Amino acid sequence: MSTKNQSNQEWDIIVKPKSSSLHLNLREVWAYKDLIALMVKRDITSVYKQTLLGPLWMFIQPIFITIIYTFTFSSSAGLSTDGIPPILFYLIGQTFWVYFSDCLTKTSNTFISNASVFGKVYFPRLVMPFSVIISGLVKLGLQISLLAVVYLFYYFKTDQVQPQFAYFILLPLFIIIMGVFSLSLGIIFSSFTTKYRDFTFLLGFAIQLLMFLSFVTFPASMFSPLNQTILMCNPIASSMEAIKFILTGHGVFSVYFIIMAIITTMVLFFFSIIIFNKTEKSFMDTV
Amino acid sequence: MSQKVIQVTDLGKQYRLGQVGTTTISDDLKRFWYKIKGKDDPFLKIGEENDRTKKGSSDYVWALKDISFDVNQGDVLGIVGKNGAGKSTLLKILSRTTAPTLGEYKIKGRVASLLEVGTGFHPDLTGRENVFLNGAILGMTKAEIKDSFDEILDFSGVEKYIDTPVKRYSSGMYVRLAFAVAAHLKPEILIVDEVLSVGDQEFQEKCLGKMRSVSESGRTVLFVSHNLLAVKQLCTKGIYLKNGKLLKTGTTRDIVEEYLNDDKQLKSDGTIPDDFYREFGTGEAFFRKIVLTDMNDNSLTRFAFNQPFKLKLYLEALKQIKDVTININITTSLGEPIIFSVDSKDSKYLSHTFEEGMHEVDVMFNFKLLPNNYRVTIGVHYFKDGITIDWLENIYQFKIDKVSYNTNEDYPWDTIHGYIEPESIWSYKRI
Repeated sequence: MSTKNQSNQEWDIIVKPKSSSLHLNLREVWAYKDLIALMVKRDITSVYKQTLLGPLWMFIQPIFITIIYTFTFSSSAGLSTDGIPPILFYLIGQTFWVYFSDCLTKTSNTFISNASVFGKVYFPRLVMPFSVIISGLVKLGLQISLLAVVYLFYYFKTDQVQPQFAYFILLPLFIIIMGVFSLSLGIIFSSFTTKYRDFTFLLGFAIQLLMFLSFVTFPASMFSPLNQTILMCNPIASSMEAIKFILTGHGVFSVYFIIMAIITTMVLFFFSIIIFNKTEKSFMDTV
Repeated sequence: MSQKVIQVTDLGKQYRLGQVGTTTISDDLKRFWYKIKGKDDPFLKIGEENDRTKKGSSDYVWALKDISFDVNQGDVLGIVGKNGAGKSTLLKILSRTTAPTLGEYKIKGRVASLLEVGTGFHPDLTGRENVFLNGAILGMTKAEIKDSFDEILDFSGVEKYIDTPVKRYSSGMYVRLAFAVAAHLKPEILIVDEVLSVGDQEFQEKCLGKMRSVSESGRTVLFVSHNLLAVKQLCTKGIYLKNGKLLKTGTTRDIVEEYLNDDKQLKSDGTIPDDFYREFGTGEAFFRKIVLTDMNDNSLTRFAFNQPFKLKLYLEALKQIKDVTININITTSLGEPIIFSVDSKDSKYLSHTFEEGMHEVDVMFNFKLLPNNYRVTIGVHYFKDGITIDWLENIYQFKIDKVSYNTNEDYPWDTIHGYIEPESIWSYKRI
């Protein structure tokens, strides 16, 4: 029964107080792929239980917000929409922004809202934020179908929409950038909030502020080149402008900004993994 | 020799007391600063033993310290200890919901932890959807759940409601469904907390039965419970935790005895120390002394077979307590109650009123105990609603010898079946 008889390879799990910070155990997450799928299903179906309109709300929300934005920002305040029909402009902005901000808000709650489950059962904690991002993607997919209808209407009705077909292949890249960026930010916030709840308040402001810095309600062309460059450090801003450019031919599209967005997102992602790994093991003691 | 499946080495877990606030951030910064300088965490050196009855001077406390033990495949390990001894912390660490502060452990095989039933149940989802979700949370794949879905449904007995949201379920149905999922897990190592033993009798039986069948199939079970009988029935080995330290490992019987023996420190004349820790009670009255005596009022802890004895109690009432009843349990050395006695006359239970001050209560019994070790539990409760005023579990121990009081009536056999010998009349007839 001596320890020496059993080498370390024979053990399936070895737990020590400290382990590598950068270790992202994706194989373990993959083993729980069924759980991710069920979580995604739960996220999507449970929200619309006991509603009459059900998933239709997914379309009603962006329609209403687009109408409100069109009245306030375009008709009343007279802000430019870069030559894009206002309704299309705001619907594009709204569709992608809501994807980002929903993912961010939900992943930032990972530890707190799942504390009761995490405290009782072990499974890779990353399952939760991953499933949030995936259900966000599903929702985005459905909302894009609404966007497609409006888009095709303007495409055939007016000549203000000039799609850049060659770049359409890049669209998924921007969706990935936005997803990973929200995942990283969300994970960082969720890690901090387990001990100090101050960050939940901060996140509320941050999301509102970020919306105005991400060209959702007004275009980048309103700014001087210098200010534009500063604002484009935000990967959401550069992705948003690039999406608009690809879809309508109006907007700022620069390879330089896109590379910057990818690098920023990657750096933030690695940073968030380190923080997450540090937090996930003992957050139950402080949450 | 069976294979080692869990190996725990020098495990420790430190907690910080009090609320999260400005002191925590200064401690965090200090810890960070030591880390930059390459030194050890300064707070690991401090921290007190986990004794919740005394207010400590340090903000840090060791919920567990220096825990080392091994578990072999097929063992059913019972973990006993009082509230706050660190049992649940140990289970939490072993089920990986929190990390240890010091030490390490190794596990071989798939682990499922049942620290609660129905983890992750979503009220708005139907029973069917929750079975899949809960199963996946507990580590089953979708295919495995599908395979055992019919069995789960059968076991739970809520077939009719399976497509109704679980928020419409009665709590009983909820628990049954949740447990049905858990019961169909097929892990190599099962970790079970005593929370499972909350439900009704039938449910508890089901839980215990399930655990028995799990262990019989050669899998390993870790089980925490205050129900010593369940521990004794189920477990093959035990560990005894006290104030975060591992006091003893061994066979279940040894552990349970040790647990019951420990901490009942009466003075030699049967006086209960003033600072004796009470788990509950209103504090309106306290037992001050308990002794068993022979007929000449000599206090004894060892009696001869057939020797009559009396129980003498001193109860101090801090104010007048009306309509109360004292009850006495005599239990086996493992804590199973075998005798329950309260004041009664003509089959009618009686209550009593104690004026403020010290009272002596003498109780004479008319029964014969067979040779063995016994314990006494005493309590004083309000007659009507049963509210406990003072209660001392397994406070007094005594032994009945085989050697008789009257020299020619020794207990003649080696084995002893049972505890009480009733007065009985036998008659024989050839037919």
